[in-house]
Amino acid sequence: MIAAHEIERAIAQALPGAQIEVVDTRGTGDHFRARVVYPGFAGKTMVEQHQMVYAPLRPYLDSGELHALALETYTPEEWEARKGNRR
Amino acid sequence: MTEELKKWIDEAIAKDRVVIFMKGSLHFPMCGFSRAAVETLRAAGATEIAAYNVLENPELREGIKVYSNWPTIPQVYIDGKFIGGSDILRELHERGELARLIRG
Repeated sequence: MIAAHEIERAIAQALPGAQIEVVDTRGTGDHFRARVVYPGFAGKTMVEQHQMVYAPLRPYLDSGELHALALETYTPEEWEARKGNRR
Repeated sequence: MTEELKKWIDEAIAKDRVVIFMKGSLHFPMCGFSRAAVETLRAAGATEIAAYNVLENPELREGIKVYSNWPTIPQVYIDGKFIGGSDILRELHERGELARLIRG
């Protein structure tokens, strides 16, 4: 079991200034969805962006405490564009 | 990870164009993310997928995470290049890029 805010804190420490939203999708403390908007993603591939988010969560993923994390990663510009499209 | 396993993975991703390391088999995925990844590959036009069930091989299950520097399963390789897990596949599919990778 892990709480959404613990995941947020771990990501925030690794990616200072990131805008992070974590949702416990089943309410069971093991399946989460996270959206991370971070200027430092610019110029990185999607794989690299996800690796940057996974890195601080490694202990939780390795222990199985965190079973599943659906990830969306954006630069602030990409996120603005994405929100615009959905309006 | 042993040299032997590394070599085995090197060969596995070189031998087939589309390779997935997953939980369960193509016909019986044992995890929703693995199922979603297979469905996305098929939707993007993959007809031949080489699948390795990590649940049958604990050494591979841990080794592939180290090999790819990626902490979760499933993991997909196309033309020997690491593509990502189910989220990245879906995103690439939505952008139309996955079909292009699969066509080669």
